Amino acid sequence: MNIVVCIKQVPDTTDVKINPETNTLIREGVASIINPFDVYALEEAVRLKEKFGGTVNVLSMGPPQVDASLREAISVGADEAYLLSDRAFAGADTLATAYTLAAGIRKLGGADVILMGRQAIDGDTGQVGPEVAENLSIPHLTDIKKIESLEADGTAVVQRMLEEGYVRIKVKLPIVMTVVKEINEPRLPSLRGKMNAKKKEITVWGAADIEVDPQRLGLTGSPTQVVKIFTPPKPSGGKIFEGGVTESVAELLSELKKAGLAVGAGKGE
Amino acid sequence: MASSIKVILDKCIGCGLCIRACPFAAITLVDKKAVINEKCTFCGACVDACKKYQAIVITRETFAAHDVSAYSGIAVFAENHGGQLASVVPEIIGAALELKKSLDAPLAAVLVGHNVKKLAEELLEYGVDEVWMRDDNGIGDFSEDVQTEVVADILKEKKPAIFLGGGTVIGRSLLPKVASRIGTGLTADCTELEIDPDTKFLKQTRPAFGGNIMATILCQNHRPQMATVRHKVMKAAPKTGNKGGRIVHLDHIPVPAPTYEVLEFVEEKTDTVNIVEADFIVSGGRGIKDPKNFALLHDLAKELDAAVGASRAAVDAGWIPYSHQVGQTGKTVNPKIYIACGISGAIQHLAGMKSSDIIIAINSDRAAPIFDVAHFGIVGDLFEVVPELIKQLKG
Repeated sequence: MNIVVCIKQVPDTTDVKINPETNTLIREGVASIINPFDVYALEEAVRLKEKFGGTVNVLSMGPPQVDASLREAISVGADEAYLLSDRAFAGADTLATAYTLAAGIRKLGGADVILMGRQAIDGDTGQVGPEVAENLSIPHLTDIKKIESLEADGTAVVQRMLEEGYVRIKVKLPIVMTVVKEINEPRLPSLRGKMNAKKKEITVWGAADIEVDPQRLGLTGSPTQVVKIFTPPKPSGGKIFEGGVTESVAELLSELKKAGLAVGAGKGE
Repeated sequence: MASSIKVILDKCIGCGLCIRACPFAAITLVDKKAVINEKCTFCGACVDACKKYQAIVITRETFAAHDVSAYSGIAVFAENHGGQLASVVPEIIGAALELKKSLDAPLAAVLVGHNVKKLAEELLEYGVDEVWMRDDNGIGDFSEDVQTEVVADILKEKKPAIFLGGGTVIGRSLLPKVASRIGTGLTADCTELEIDPDTKFLKQTRPAFGGNIMATILCQNHRPQMATVRHKVMKAAPKTGNKGGRIVHLDHIPVPAPTYEVLEFVEEKTDTVNIVEADFIVSGGRGIKDPKNFALLHDLAKELDAAVGASRAAVDAGWIPYSHQVGQTGKTVNPKIYIACGISGAIQHLAGMKSSDIIIAINSDRAAPIFDVAHFGIVGDLFEVVPELIKQLKG
């Protein structure tokens, strides 16, 4: 089975602090990590490989420093890693990103299963998975929480998480799936994996190496345009009660009443 | 010519304002001049910061656009399953009706499914002008693959200038595929929509980076301008009765064969789990200390008719299932009241609940960051405060 995992390198938000004076993000010295959701996708891919054989190729798009994240993916069991990196890819919105990733997947000869996290924690869009599937003219399913079974004839039964429960779906490969955290418990790299990652050759492809229309890449290929970035207004100081428990609770409830929020006994419904 | 970003060296005085404005740490100073590196995403924050000196210029070229003048009006996706409209639908209609005021263009709902005539009439009562309906027994509940094809074909025929969907699991999966099919832009999970008074473009504002920055996004040269809208943020349209709206049957739109088979829908609708829909949420974190103590939160939740949420710490400790998790790697919630008990308020947790109408923090540590975003807070031991709260609520 050929499995491709798309990963994104993102800033580690556990490191991100807000500058209290300017109310902006402090990005200096923030470590770069593999998008946490993509780590689950990677683990699932490695588990599929262990069960059914095949290869796990990891693919990313981004600046040269994404190399470190791709090596990390190798250390936990991916076979090969590919980086799409070119100034021409910069400024891509989800449409142009998916277009570029799909071209990379085609260059790899396609895949039976394409996995990625449900969304990246910096952009939070969750759009790239479905858009990659459309570019490859194959189906997709988002928010997968379990791959129940996978048969030799290329059918699988999966569970997709929804707001009010989940649906069980029988799919036929090839397919793009995005996964949620519940799907597995990712492993830590083994010593051998780490050694392997160190010496692994990471393939880097620029725009000229993949079959693409230059007009569809990066900023030029992006219909959406960010026209303004701003930090949301800092919440004005709330009312904090620090007295005795009984009084504090009473004060809180009276404040809620004042705010017109009916709670508790006699809420009049 | 490709798009580019350039620093005009003569104009750059090396003040560093752009460095502070850049959300991507993509600018450094070299020999007292700004240098933009490959982390740049062309967001334009530096251009705004450099208004005074105008030393940074973005040249932008967009790929061949379709004829935008052929598109007009607003359409919304009427997501439905189990014979009911998704609860986000009246909210999107509410947002669209606001946009309609500044556009003076008709509003349509795109309704696809089986036996959905009743829903079409309901949509008209919310004030849409037309329902573009494709009713066929080949369009099953959760058959998102089939629905995607049908919706894309309807949009290609009807050519609305704006198309909005819910920021639900289905909406955030179906709309990207449709946008990619049509070759237009899509903005995810918007919390604010507005028509620019001069250009008439749809200004789409959304949180990014876990809600720490907001971005306003335009889709100027492609149509429809598409967005998904975060659940429970927009004010729902009230049912005011059908005022001359009509149902347009689109029976000629083909219904393709499904690519996958929906075996079953397993509902997990307990009293306390559906945190996405809840108006009130009682949430517990590390301070709960023991899984047994969640019973206390359930008691409070019962008093308030609330759902029970949790921080990642509580979920990772195995105290409560993942479906309750609020935050960046869990669910985003927007209740009227969010009560955080024993939650310190890590940035990832705040990302999932910051836009709640009212945040109440109960924590023994006065320095916990949760108090920075709380509208009301009680500093104290939650094992004393919560029982007292239940007692006083019982009145």
